[in-house]
Amino acid sequence: MIGGIPDKMVFMPTADETLDEILNLAAAHFKVPREKLSPDDDFFRALGIDSLQTLDLLTKLENHFRVELPDYELQGVTDFRTLAGKIQARR
Amino acid sequence: MSEEVSATLDTFKGQNLSWEFKGGIVELRLHRAPCNELGSVSLDEFERFVSALERFENTAHALIICSELKAGFCAGADLRELYQRSSTMETAQAVRGVRDFLERIHRALNRIDASPLTTIAAVHGVTFGGGLELALACDLIIADKTARFAFPELRLGLIPGFGGIPRLKRDVGNAVIRDLLLTGRSFNATKAQQAGLVSQVVGEGEGLRAARATAAQLGKFDRRTVAVAKQFIKPIPYEELQREIDIFCDLFSRPAVQAGLKKFVESRDAQPYLP
Repeated sequence: MIGGIPDKMVFMPTADETLDEILNLAAAHFKVPREKLSPDDDFFRALGIDSLQTLDLLTKLENHFRVELPDYELQGVTDFRTLAGKIQARR
Repeated sequence: MSEEVSATLDTFKGQNLSWEFKGGIVELRLHRAPCNELGSVSLDEFERFVSALERFENTAHALIICSELKAGFCAGADLRELYQRSSTMETAQAVRGVRDFLERIHRALNRIDASPLTTIAAVHGVTFGGGLELALACDLIIADKTARFAFPELRLGLIPGFGGIPRLKRDVGNAVIRDLLLTGRSFNATKAQQAGLVSQVVGEGEGLRAARATAAQLGKFDRRTVAVAKQFIKPIPYEELQREIDIFCDLFSRPAVQAGLKKFVESRDAQPYLP
């Protein structure tokens, strides 16, 4: 609590902020220019990643956002915006 | 270079794995692309390593197992080889082949498990299925923060076959085993440490350094005392390991397994380890 306000209310980032963080992180980690990535991109195609690298991305996201993302929750998720929603729901 | 040319008393460089004995520490390194899938060549070389182990045990104090590949420690059994071989056989013949493979790999892993050396798996990236089972045969698992652990065998209509469940039962609580097995999901290194699976989590690329530092510390203890302590602390669940082989072979005879293997081998999915 800070000044009577619960911590989550003070520090909870917005969905757009989470999305932006994901795009920055993915661009840096997979060495893709940030301006080439858009929220609705298919991230497998945009990042050019295979199944082993997808696991690498999952680990990076979990470590960065300090959340647990069960693999099955990400099944069928292909764009950054939906991914951000999944992470936001666990923050 | 042929195996014979590259093998000396203390070093060996094979197709899929290599080892080196130096300063009281044996390092066994896996290097079969893409992610150290364990098939017949790897098994031959593991057996060769296990044969050499007795000689090292007279002078070494620690064994480190690690991967030279960026993708990870080990993605488990070579399912492509398993599918290619078993799909051309009658079911009974395929099951006999699988049982023979499992019994051989169990003998090798049991030997590593029972070694008087202190054994450390230094893992990173993908540590799935048989890769996790190899790590579980070791005394300590040191994971860098890229490591991910999973037992995705249920997607194939199977259970882990290289000793995974009996060794997990030895090390962690049943709720963790159910979570890993029944969901098939993967744990990151932090989660694996919280579950009691991993002893140290280190920064990316730091696993081998941390394992060497740990091995150097172990070298300060009396080897005989360490061996006695290990035998007392870490019993090997031989009966359950044998039962696991029987259950695996029973499941393997069902048509659903061939269908699962075919689906995996042909999959272009980003998460082929999920059903």
